[in-house]
Amino acid sequence: MLQIRVIPCLLLQGDGLVKTVQFKDPKYVGDPINAVRIFNKKEVDELLFLDIVASRKKSLFGPKAAGPRTDLIAKISDECFMPLAYGGGIKTMEQVRDIFGTGVEKVCINTHAVDDPGFIRKAADTFGSQSIVVAIDAKRHPDGSYEVCTNGGIKPRGIDPVSHAHHMEELGAGEIFINSIDHDGMMDGYDLALIKAVSSAVKVPVIACGGAGKIDDFVPAVKAGASAVAAGSFFVFHGKRRAVLINYPARAELGTVLNAGQESCPGAGGAML
Amino acid sequence: MIVIVDYGMGNLRSILNKFERMEAEAKISSEPAEIERADKLVLPGVGAFDAAMHNLGQRNLIPVLEKKVLKEKTPIMGICLGMQLFSRHSEEGNVDGLGWLDAQTKKFRFDGNGVRVPHMGWNSVTVDRSSELLEGLETGSRFYFVHSYHVCCNDPADKLATTNYSIDFTSMVQRDNILGVQFHPERSHRYGARLLENFVRW
Repeated sequence: MLQIRVIPCLLLQGDGLVKTVQFKDPKYVGDPINAVRIFNKKEVDELLFLDIVASRKKSLFGPKAAGPRTDLIAKISDECFMPLAYGGGIKTMEQVRDIFGTGVEKVCINTHAVDDPGFIRKAADTFGSQSIVVAIDAKRHPDGSYEVCTNGGIKPRGIDPVSHAHHMEELGAGEIFINSIDHDGMMDGYDLALIKAVSSAVKVPVIACGGAGKIDDFVPAVKAGASAVAAGSFFVFHGKRRAVLINYPARAELGTVLNAGQESCPGAGGAML
Repeated sequence: MIVIVDYGMGNLRSILNKFERMEAEAKISSEPAEIERADKLVLPGVGAFDAAMHNLGQRNLIPVLEKKVLKEKTPIMGICLGMQLFSRHSEEGNVDGLGWLDAQTKKFRFDGNGVRVPHMGWNSVTVDRSSELLEGLETGSRFYFVHSYHVCCNDPADKLATTNYSIDFTSMVQRDNILGVQFHPERSHRYGARLLENFVRW
């Protein structure tokens, strides 16, 4: 039976990997190619790279200059024996085509999905829904409601993540990546209410992100409806003092997480190696 | 020379990259003349069935592929959508496939039981029969899947491996020189690598 995916979500800023806390104060954590080699060796399920400044950059040279780093992405893709997703400032079909040309399986679209929802329909129709992920960064308000924020989490858009996710699914998004701005980097657990609300609203797989601090955090996210759990800090920091260490638990350690989705599907059989 | 058929759909570069790492001679091509000279073929595929059949037709690739595969018995591996194209017909787009396998491509339908489509992620195979293509692999070997449709073989002898995703579906097919895999071996770590090696040696 299908296993839950456990996905490192790596943030790119220029040529380096960084990690943020609540979307602020990016701290350098290493070289992306090196990180990919480590994750490849550890047989990581899947990797997601997000260029966190791409949608914030004001281009002086026109749209082309602020585009995705296809040179770097190609190098990353050539190292990987697992699926890759890439996101960051994607606005045009040409950019999407260029990214797929590097070998990446999925593109992740965030800001532009709000700026021009029709783009999602167009991309899904051309490249297939399964290769279009819509990423949603959500901020929680004191009254418990959530709001979608774009451009690297700095621009509130006045829409709620649940209806946005549903709308994106209708337009052809094959997966929804839901991230909590408030829980980002805090390593204190996922925002389960947010995950549950979004997962209940769509039929496509949902990837939960934001807040994982220990393996025990993953299962509640799955129970809340996530088909995959993503994390940043969890895979790049170690210990109380957050020493930088690219790491990924062994499959035996991930044990209960991987099979946590199967309780809702009786008749699952077959031992998995 | 392994020729990875370029008809405008599929992660060609990833597949080429993996063959190059094994030091197997491979190239990507959309030229009938180059396909004609191939020792082995790979038919990749990501996207929609009807678009794929349309592209193959438009690029005039079907005659040379039929000649190589059906007449000359050139080994061919279809990956993901590529495997589905071997079937007679798909529910996606209502278009005829290449018809090299007596099979239909059908959509996963899980209304009401909470199982999500597409089938996306790591899942295992149960081997239906032995084959040199499965050397070093076994029931329980894991691969990366991403698809909303699956192939239903009318001839059970064509089934090489089965995978469970709420229902049991055929994840690998093989008939004579034709091999089809629903998963992505180029993105399936050592399991996929082993399958690709076996194909190179087949």
